[in-house]
Amino acid sequence: MGDYYSAFKCLVELIGRPLVPPPITKKTIELGFKHSPETVCIPFKYNLGNYIEALEAGADVICQAGGGCRFGYYAEVQEQILRRLGYEFEFFKLNNKNSVIGFIKDFKRIAPHNTYPGIIHRLALCLARIHCIDAVSDCVRKNIGFEIHPGQMEKTYRKFLEDLARTYSLGAVFSLKNECLRQIRQIDIDKPADCLRVGVVGELYMLMEPFANFYLEKKLAQRKIEVHRFVTVSGILTEYFSGDRSVKKHLAAAHPYLTHHIGAHGTETVARANSLIKKGFDGIIHLKPFGCMPEVSAMAALNNLARDRRAPILYFSFDSQTSEAGLETRVEAFCDMLYMKQKKKKNG
Amino acid sequence: MAVAKRGARWYVAIVENAAGDKKNKLRVGIPRALLYHKYGKLWEVFFRELGVGVVLSPETNKEIIARGARLSIDESCLSVKIFVGHIDWLKDKADAVLVPHITCLHSGEEMCVKFMALVDTVRNVFPGIKVIEYSVNAKKLETEAGSMIRLGARLAGNPFRAIAAYMKAKGAWEKSAREKKEAQAEKFAAARRGEKPLILIVAHSYTLEDNFLGRPIIDYLEKSGVCVLCSDRLDAARAREISKNISQTLYWTYHKELLGAAEYYKDSVDGMIFLTTFPCGPDALAVNLCQSKMKGIPSIIVSLDELESRVGLQTRLESFVDVINFKKCRKKK
Repeated sequence: MGDYYSAFKCLVELIGRPLVPPPITKKTIELGFKHSPETVCIPFKYNLGNYIEALEAGADVICQAGGGCRFGYYAEVQEQILRRLGYEFEFFKLNNKNSVIGFIKDFKRIAPHNTYPGIIHRLALCLARIHCIDAVSDCVRKNIGFEIHPGQMEKTYRKFLEDLARTYSLGAVFSLKNECLRQIRQIDIDKPADCLRVGVVGELYMLMEPFANFYLEKKLAQRKIEVHRFVTVSGILTEYFSGDRSVKKHLAAAHPYLTHHIGAHGTETVARANSLIKKGFDGIIHLKPFGCMPEVSAMAALNNLARDRRAPILYFSFDSQTSEAGLETRVEAFCDMLYMKQKKKKNG
Repeated sequence: MAVAKRGARWYVAIVENAAGDKKNKLRVGIPRALLYHKYGKLWEVFFRELGVGVVLSPETNKEIIARGARLSIDESCLSVKIFVGHIDWLKDKADAVLVPHITCLHSGEEMCVKFMALVDTVRNVFPGIKVIEYSVNAKKLETEAGSMIRLGARLAGNPFRAIAAYMKAKGAWEKSAREKKEAQAEKFAAARRGEKPLILIVAHSYTLEDNFLGRPIIDYLEKSGVCVLCSDRLDAARAREISKNISQTLYWTYHKELLGAAEYYKDSVDGMIFLTTFPCGPDALAVNLCQSKMKGIPSIIVSLDELESRVGLQTRLESFVDVINFKKCRKKK
């Protein structure tokens, strides 16, 4: 996942082997599509394409996480497909059953020459980097559309990521974050007080992988819209550690549209959409891979939300055939509609 | 009928209404879809014993599918669309509909997230509908017995009556499940001695037993002289246990049963048909994994959707049966 490269790098360095970051291209998805089961969701295909490219590039340890829906079963099926294709590798599986201690023990197994305190320090460093990346990118997302000289913020952000990859102490990581945030605030922006605000919600892979959603956030920013997103790696980790409590919180926020947890991030999607609309956001964009089980259940609730509160919600469903031009047209029309709605409201 | 003291207000309202008018007793709608095909007997006997009227939706037909497809999100799986269609049929004919909320049947396993979301799907598609639900979640120690007895106590206003009803229903359900299993075991034993080719259909109960999806396929195969075995008529606990030979990390309870059945019968059947409803999420992974591990057994994946043309399906089944007959003949020679 693009920007998180520098965070995971510090863990992988401990194994004593380089991290192979395969850039995602059209070829990745073609490879993934070719070898995946037909009706599986698109993140599976991207992941598989990534693995094949990484293994071709010489990787020998690959890692997969796991989650609440089909995601938890990715690892076994992917491993089997890759072995059938004749690749030799070690597969490192992280899933819900693993605790932090289990993770550290597993890690020690593949990187035996490290001490436990060393691994724990690196793990903390990795988490700190993730936190800082999320904090900075959130600030960038909200302001990048309003720059007077476009390109400055992007440059500052890229420089921050580069510097971060070279920072190995916890204190320095946080001061780097504060320094970067200060620099971003100094960049001249022209942001009207009543600018349009749009929240993007939905399935985590589609939200976090800009290549997969055709740089949707950038497209929104170019149309002078403040973009809010809550699904980030640090957000997911917080959810994971707070367990049932976060589900309860989301269920309360999703009232009256949900009464039970609907699996994976479905509940959070409805909860976020509901609270954003209550806060007066101008629109919601919902992203999901085709056939995503929890998000489809969430859509029934979102439909009612849109009807009850007259809130504009735009749905995108991605599969390997989705075209950028189609998405662009729909985003453009959605933004025009939001601007017209705002104008109408102003004129009374 | 005594009035339930606690619980949701509408329960009380309905029960009071029913108490006033003996002829007009509470009617619970049971949709003949999804888990009905597993727990139907349990529910019917349970409500009958409680003195509650049961309205059962008819077998799935074209109209129900069309209604379901119109009302649900178009990316929902066919099984959920059918379920919504049944609820739509029931909503005017019953006072409330039964929608079980089943999250986890056995610890360490999970249900497909669609079952977790079923109650909310129904509530969102039909705003204002009255839903009778009972939750089963092994992780939170919510058992089927506990939840159903609580539900029964609310409806009948008498916990002892609810316990008796549950016991009776459970007994009836176990008996019917055992009969099904025994019938299949007999069929299997007879078919092994016989000449007929043996085909296992690997699919969920709600696909196999549905009048629109699985039954026509089973009937067609039987008519073409094939002995058909169904994956849902095997001891569930045993099937889950042996599914580990195929997949270690699989965690969906019903898919474990499917894979277990495939593993159990794999040496004795001549072919397998994997029947899935489009776009079933877990099937996309589990069925593909299972098919690739069943080496040497002819198999096809038949994916069903609401636009299914019967002719195309028939051609595929016909050629599959031909292949199996051909193979069997050659083996004999």
